[in-house]
Amino acid sequence: MKNDIILQLSVRSIRLNFLRSLLAAIGIVIGVVAISSMGMMGANMTMSVTEELSAMANVLVVKPDSGGGGGGMMGGGGSSGDDDYIDKDQFDDIERAAGKYGNVYPLYQESDTITIGDDERRATIYGMRDEDMATILTVANGTLPQTSSSVVVGPTFAENNDLTIGSRITIGDEDDEEAIIQKVRVVGILEEKGMSMDLNSDNAIIMTEKAYNGLYGGEGEYDQVNVILYDINDADTATEAIEDKLNRKEDEVAVQDSSRMMESITSTVSTLTTFVMAIAGISLLVAATSIFNVMMMSVTERIREIGILRSIGTRKSEVLRMFIYEAVILGLVGAIIGAIMSVILGWLVVLAMVGTTKYFFTFASLIYVPVSMAIGIAICIFSGVYPAWRAANLDPIEALRSD
Amino acid sequence: MTTVPVIELADVSKIYPLPSGDVLALDHLSIKIERGEFVAIMGPSGSGKSTLLNQIGGLDVPTSGTLRITGKNIRKMSDDKLTDLRLNAIGYIFQKFNLIPLLSAYENVEYPYILKHRCNDTTGRVSRLLADVGINKRLAKHKPAELSGGQQQRVAIARALVNDPDILLCDEPTGNLDTKTGGQIMEMLNGLHDQGRTVIIVTHDPSVGEQAERIIRIRDGKVADA
Repeated sequence: MKNDIILQLSVRSIRLNFLRSLLAAIGIVIGVVAISSMGMMGANMTMSVTEELSAMANVLVVKPDSGGGGGGMMGGGGSSGDDDYIDKDQFDDIERAAGKYGNVYPLYQESDTITIGDDERRATIYGMRDEDMATILTVANGTLPQTSSSVVVGPTFAENNDLTIGSRITIGDEDDEEAIIQKVRVVGILEEKGMSMDLNSDNAIIMTEKAYNGLYGGEGEYDQVNVILYDINDADTATEAIEDKLNRKEDEVAVQDSSRMMESITSTVSTLTTFVMAIAGISLLVAATSIFNVMMMSVTERIREIGILRSIGTRKSEVLRMFIYEAVILGLVGAIIGAIMSVILGWLVVLAMVGTTKYFFTFASLIYVPVSMAIGIAICIFSGVYPAWRAANLDPIEALRSD
Repeated sequence: MTTVPVIELADVSKIYPLPSGDVLALDHLSIKIERGEFVAIMGPSGSGKSTLLNQIGGLDVPTSGTLRITGKNIRKMSDDKLTDLRLNAIGYIFQKFNLIPLLSAYENVEYPYILKHRCNDTTGRVSRLLADVGINKRLAKHKPAELSGGQQQRVAIARALVNDPDILLCDEPTGNLDTKTGGQIMEMLNGLHDQGRTVIIVTHDPSVGEQAERIIRIRDGKVADA
């Protein structure tokens, strides 16, 4: 309809009570902004975490099956139990089973007391074969260790302990007379690797296999074996191959597939997002109350006008429409302003909370803008229905009589 | 062929159920008003004349009896049909003018036209009617609150006429006006009657009533004399 007089009446009523209407619309603005920026934050966080995790998702970690527990990524402190290692034969089996799917390498791991200058603390110590070091590790500064008295350290570890090339570390508890003490020199500092399942090199000391065995013994008794897959889609096939080979009679090893972990993390993030959005949704509930209030006031103030409209031939449905239009206009104005603001605020929230906005202008992120707009408008209509229905069903005689 | 009365009440009663007991506002009332008549309905307060006006105006329906407006039995009408009857067949003129405050004088007159024709008036009818009642183009742009009582009532008359109704229903049309302005409005209504329109005035003012061709007096919901 080109010229809808009913719509015009709604628009004029809003204009007449501009401030009141604006305040009601602001409620919707806040609600839309809250829901969409929280949603966008969640979406961006999920995408960002997914990408970070994908980098490490191509890893299978094979650990000795300890019959239930012992699943932690950082091997527990102290001595390993009798059977809590993967022996050389098992390692060869793993390599035979999964070698064609990826790079297989064994890893020793220990947590021990160390002394740097006068400071005593605990640190994670890894032992690696020379050839694995060359393929797995990337040195930012210095070289890889060649001798038993040289080590490389992760960047975080170096920074936390003020270590540079040439710094000395004493490994082992100096107060414990039985402990083996080894003084080592830092010859290299690694590049930052980020969170990883196979090897947390950022905050650790890494030494050669020989040096490690010299300190802790247990040659050929690996704490874990890692498979760095060439293709992430081989994760299940490689896992099966390893399990077929080693777990045929009894469960010798447990294979941890990092893609499972990734799924559970992203699902946790999305649960959190939904929860936060629900909290943001409360603001829309408040907005709904304010819209309802404004509409009821509008109806009450205009009872006489409604009576006039009805008496000169305006149908119930037209009066109903007039008030629904009013609610829709408030909702629409609120939702549009809210959408514009939520793009701006959402961008800032994502930047602050996620740290990167590179996923901001994607479908999965921006979809929250129209979704929250729709919710905002729907809430407006919902809260306008009763006042509109009341207006439409006023007795025209009674309405005309009111002042 | 006999002509159908424009309004015909046969044995019409209206009962308002109240907790303190039912109130009989119209008591088996029978009235006929022919096309082109100028009728005044008079009576003291509480006599039932307002109730009668609401029935004739299609704002309310009788509890019993038959009420035909332009031949149609309104007791059998749905709310929408009744609303359409008010839009098309009845022109209302109220004591308090009852213009829509959000609309200008012109728009107030055009409003029922748009409701009926679903489009703006392009025929110039609205402007013509406003000119006929003495509202110039400048005044027509004003909102009702910016007009005097007399001007508002003139606009209300133009609005009542815009859909060319069969019946012009006036509820104390001069009640809120001074004598001089009231006189002008009555002159206008007389003129409309002269043009052949059916005019029904509800009033308690004898000087208004005596200008009608016929006075129907109501007392206790019954016709006192005709």
